[in-house]
Amino acid sequence: MPYALVSPYFILFAAFGLFPLAFTLYYSFYDYDLTGTTEWTGLGNYVALLGDDDFWRATINTVAMFLIATVPQMLLALFLANALNKHMKFRLPIRMSVLLPLVTSVVAVAVVFTQLFARDWGLVNYILGWFGIDHTNWRAERVPSWIAIATMVDWRWTGYNAIIFLAGMQTIPKDLYEAASIDGASRRRQFWQITLPMLRPTMIFVVLNSTIGGLTLFSEPMTFYNGNPDGGSQGQFQTVAMFVYKEAFREFDYGYASAAAWLLFLLILVGAAINFLFVRRIGGTR
Amino acid sequence: MTVWKPTVLTRVMLGLAIFLSAFPLYWMLVIASRTNADAVASPPKFLPGGNLGDNIVRVLTHPEAQFLLGLTNSFIVASVVTVSVILISTLAGFAFANLNFKGRNALLLLVLLTMAVPLQQMGVVPLYRLMVSLEWTNTLKAVILPYLLNGFGVFLMTQYTRQSVPMELVEAARVDGAATLRIWWNVVLPAVRPGMAVLGINTFMLMWNDYMWPLIVLNQENPTVQIAINGLNARFSTEYSLIFAGTALSIIPLVLVFVLFGRQIVGGLMEGAVKA
Repeated sequence: MPYALVSPYFILFAAFGLFPLAFTLYYSFYDYDLTGTTEWTGLGNYVALLGDDDFWRATINTVAMFLIATVPQMLLALFLANALNKHMKFRLPIRMSVLLPLVTSVVAVAVVFTQLFARDWGLVNYILGWFGIDHTNWRAERVPSWIAIATMVDWRWTGYNAIIFLAGMQTIPKDLYEAASIDGASRRRQFWQITLPMLRPTMIFVVLNSTIGGLTLFSEPMTFYNGNPDGGSQGQFQTVAMFVYKEAFREFDYGYASAAAWLLFLLILVGAAINFLFVRRIGGTR
Repeated sequence: MTVWKPTVLTRVMLGLAIFLSAFPLYWMLVIASRTNADAVASPPKFLPGGNLGDNIVRVLTHPEAQFLLGLTNSFIVASVVTVSVILISTLAGFAFANLNFKGRNALLLLVLLTMAVPLQQMGVVPLYRLMVSLEWTNTLKAVILPYLLNGFGVFLMTQYTRQSVPMELVEAARVDGAATLRIWWNVVLPAVRPGMAVLGINTFMLMWNDYMWPLIVLNQENPTVQIAINGLNARFSTEYSLIFAGTALSIIPLVLVFVLFGRQIVGGLMEGAVKA
């Protein structure tokens, strides 16, 4: 009987989890296109990818946007969580407001931000103009486009991660802080010496989540170029996920796209491992 | 007991965070209620205009947008997936939490592992080929089925059941001669209702938002709401008031969920984070 209860999940897993993964691997060793002709190429697709400038550009774009988005986001989310952890009125409404971005759809957000970042009439350039900064062509240039897309990502996820950090903070025993206060440690010192190290398990969860989400970034950069997987006229903000999509569903080069999907998975594994080791060291006196 | 009072700096920071969280949504409403000319005006117009109704009618009746169909399709997809995932997950969660069977831990570990693999991105090519050979492309089946696989749901419901359904309760029901499915229905489901709510809200929002996979398997004639917006954005990218009216419509169900279940969303997130 127990097997019958878990079987729906595992049947779905076989059909929509294991089967696609295995076949992606299988396709990646073949020249496989729309006509269905398949020819064994061994590691040919992988070798070609590693020599493909477009693939490398997409990889660099993805990693750069991930870093530009994640580093400030983690810091902001930590400080925001610390602020939310204070005693004050309207706690629930305040917490709900920072989660507001989560209840919007990614495409809707990307549409709004694309308009906000428009060169001639966008609000961002208008406000920067008050400080004497010339209009930036956010979409046309590489680093500005990364910043614009990272802003969309951060707007959506900072509040969410702050709430997760807040949950972690509330599991830290209060007497640790009492003891530190008696020893004369300042509030700031308590944050760095108690809160941060105790928050490490939560941080690992949040960082790993952000790593997977960040390295598979797709919807925001797609929408930023009106639903086109080229990622700008020079591919300046094309991500690896967009590269896979473009190779598979516009070039119909299924074998090549499958190999790229596996390299993306590899990138996620490496990224996750690096971040895991990094977080473990944070405040790492223990 | 230390009571942490917020400093002025904290208050300012929170105020700013709330303002920044809300502003893009306000801006969506501003542009959705104005004309295209206003949307590209300099200096920008900061207050809502009077064209919201017009723009909404325009987007709903736009012959190439299929917006109403998109909203309906998204609603069907999100509802079917949500209900199915809840059923599948509570069944499996009950088995993992309250029943003993060979290979239980190994299977549970497998569930955890599937959570770590971004299947959506990894398996798109074979999944698409599968849908083509089944002739399911451009049908809602193609969007619904892959998402019934939800490792997070099984994991969450296992944790919830472990916590809220004591083994003695299951044993007692069994002594009374209740069949396993009956125990699930009469004992487990009522006890894990809060967990079901969290999972349900989560799944509904995820499905409503889904973009990449519907973009691959559906076309503009039978879109989900995100694909309808994508189509407008691709073909009429300067029709700001039209597109923004569409985006505003597209988030109404999510805003409703948020207003009705905001407390549960905050609570569920915080609980989930501590468990994971």
